[in-house]
Amino acid sequence: MTEPRKRHPLGRMIVQRLAIGVFTLFIISVLVFLAVSLLPGDIAQQILGQSATPETVAAMRRDLGLDQPLITRYFHWIGGVLQGDFGKSLANGRPVADLLATRLPNTLFLAAYAAVIAVPLSVLLGLLSAMWRGSWFDRGVNTLSLTAISFPEFFIAYILMYWLSVQWGWFPSMADPGSNPSLMDLVQKAFLPAMTLVLVVSAHMLRMTRAAVVNVLGAPYIAMARLKGVSKWRIITRHALPNALAPIINVIALNVAWLITGVVIVEVVFVYPGLGQLMVDSVTNRDMPVVQACALIFAAVYICINILADVLAIATNPRLLHPR
Amino acid sequence: MLLDIQNLKVEAKTDTGWTPILHGVDLQVNRGEVVGLIGESGAGKSTLGQAALGYAAPGLRFAGGKILFEGTDLLSMSDRLRNNFRGARVAYVAQSAAASFNPAWRLLEQFCEGPQIHGTATRKESEAFARELYAKMHLPDPNNFGLRFPHQVSGGQLQRAMVAMAMACKPDLIVFDEPTTALDVTTQIGVLASIRQAVQSLGTAAIYITHDLAVVAQMADRVKVMRDGREVEEAPTREMMAAPREDYTRSLWAVREFRRPERKLADDAPASIRVAGVTAGYGAIQVLKDVEFSIPKGATVAVVGESGSGKSTTARVITGLLPPQSGHIEMNGQVLPARLQDRSKDQLRQIQMIYQMADTALNPRQTIRQILSRPLGFYRGLSGKAQTERLHELMDQIELEPKKFLDRLPGELSGGQKQRIGIARALAADPEFIICDEVTSALDQLVAEGILRLLSRLQDETGVSYMFITHDIETVRAIADEVVVMRYGQVMDRGMKSMVLDPPRHPYTAELLASVPQPDPDWLTRRIAEGAA
Repeated sequence: MTEPRKRHPLGRMIVQRLAIGVFTLFIISVLVFLAVSLLPGDIAQQILGQSATPETVAAMRRDLGLDQPLITRYFHWIGGVLQGDFGKSLANGRPVADLLATRLPNTLFLAAYAAVIAVPLSVLLGLLSAMWRGSWFDRGVNTLSLTAISFPEFFIAYILMYWLSVQWGWFPSMADPGSNPSLMDLVQKAFLPAMTLVLVVSAHMLRMTRAAVVNVLGAPYIAMARLKGVSKWRIITRHALPNALAPIINVIALNVAWLITGVVIVEVVFVYPGLGQLMVDSVTNRDMPVVQACALIFAAVYICINILADVLAIATNPRLLHPR
Repeated sequence: MLLDIQNLKVEAKTDTGWTPILHGVDLQVNRGEVVGLIGESGAGKSTLGQAALGYAAPGLRFAGGKILFEGTDLLSMSDRLRNNFRGARVAYVAQSAAASFNPAWRLLEQFCEGPQIHGTATRKESEAFARELYAKMHLPDPNNFGLRFPHQVSGGQLQRAMVAMAMACKPDLIVFDEPTTALDVTTQIGVLASIRQAVQSLGTAAIYITHDLAVVAQMADRVKVMRDGREVEEAPTREMMAAPREDYTRSLWAVREFRRPERKLADDAPASIRVAGVTAGYGAIQVLKDVEFSIPKGATVAVVGESGSGKSTTARVITGLLPPQSGHIEMNGQVLPARLQDRSKDQLRQIQMIYQMADTALNPRQTIRQILSRPLGFYRGLSGKAQTERLHELMDQIELEPKKFLDRLPGELSGGQKQRIGIARALAADPEFIICDEVTSALDQLVAEGILRLLSRLQDETGVSYMFITHDIETVRAIADEVVVMRYGQVMDRGMKSMVLDPPRHPYTAELLASVPQPDPDWLTRRIAEGAA
């Protein structure tokens, strides 16, 4: 009876997590919609500003569908989203999907740029400081990463900008890539924001890697490996790391998700046209369809990355992947 | 001479500095010879054994002496040279194979790692050698056995796989560190036979570490007795078995003296606890099948069986942690609610437990006073002066001086003392019935005997009934009135100790008894000849 369940533990689990993810996304869409609807003030009034008369406001409300009951408006909106239609921006009347299409790739590029440097770097430094724990190297890395994580990101951003851009002129301080930039262009222009993000996220991943690996190093199978004559580096990478992956993957996932959804400040400082900036601008303009779309996308990113992390954590655990 | 350890000193790191734990020990091993190291825990056996690989565990350091392997001193070698030497020339077999195999690797990968990093064989050769050794060790399906992960293999098989792994580079010397201590007797005998056969067929020398005299008698040519980091004496096995010179050795040799006379209980003696036709399991897996026995008032019933036989699951059903699928538990003739949550406080008070690992069963951050006050307050509602009085009384009962011990933390106590605190905690509730789950198996023999005497005396004083879960026949003989033999979740036999054990009434009981190693150097040979392994 239990046989078929055991055969594809991973496939079954992925399906399960996806289902939960979709459900979570639904709950979030409701919450986002409610939160936006409950904001005080009238959007129509806001748009019309000084020139509002009761008649024009009413007409505007009808145009926007605001006279409909909440529940109808929700289904109207979510129905559109499911078909890829996020509605129109209130600020400039352009379809929200178009706005996203220009901003999302920028955000993903910056996140990928930072992740490609930060993840290998922090895992490597974490492994090295676990291997030489207690040494000057370990203490140095520890102090530096603590320093980096203790400064607010805008401070790091301005420090980098001051030296690398203003003083030495190696990289531009404005990261706006313009239209149709080449990859080299992008890499150069986004260097400073990417570096800022690397400094901000590395400490967390580095310290988790070190802690998880050090935790495993006390296990009897590590002593066994040493008694087999296995070298230190091989013990860390081949014997300890595979057993420490689950917590490391989880922290990497959290940080990568943050790189996509939480980088507003860095985008603003470097005038980088990403989703975060779009969302902040839209909140100031009360451009609700855009805010809702951004919130939904951020939620989806979090959910997807966490599912991916869970699946990877299981895929790297033979106990779960190969049951008895 | 293959290995010559001279005047070796090892120190351990403590809060106050370094304390010596090996005080200048010598050990010689010749080619092809098996040397046994025997002693109680803390004697320094493992430290000495690991020193043969030039290894000091974290928190230990070499403080003097020489470890000469074919004349080369391992202590003055570079790390790189020592790594080349470890695993290739000297290999190690750990006590718990389950913990010492890397859970993320297939067994064959771990076998081939040694030959690969030491360059002693190609991948193909070592895979073939692995299959050959797996077959020699009587492992199932030797051609594919190595493709499994450690968690997919039973404890006895894993221990054999570890012996095979130690031989991967065809070393000159293998250190066996209590390789069968964690195994059931019926499994142990097969592993012992495999080890002996493998050592003989490859002509490997070995250091065999154990606290079990009967085991060392089967395996070693020569025995060294250790105590508190010093050598007590050393002699050829048969010579030492026949005529130990030192008092300490003789005390190890002495069979346990404590034998509580069996008390004949009337057939209609009232039962304290009755396990009535209990069937239980986890999910779809059925662990207990129609288990039926009772524990008479004031008596001790020992439940024996191998790991996986359902002993501990029975205890979980009695305590209400695992509601049975069918059947029920009676206490004093009344049916108890199946689930812990549905039992009254008084019903909970009546059933207490003492655990195998006193270390993990006591909160390390609470003082003994806090640990014992909790049940006194919770079950008995004692506080203030009454509580203090009862605390002192309990400490007197377990023979620990209240003034000295009440304000200590568990970490400041020895293993035997911790177990006594576990007993006092159970007694604090004034229970009708106590489940003792392998309470002596983590203790040295002399300490264990003290615990058994204490439990027996407490029973006489308070009239409490015990269910004694154990896999050790000696413990059963020492303390039980009645015996329940379990296997595969079923009761094989039950009754008075003398009826069940002397002579064994059920064939499985006979097998269990015959698998217990005897301090006779020819026992294993004889058992193998009889076809036991």
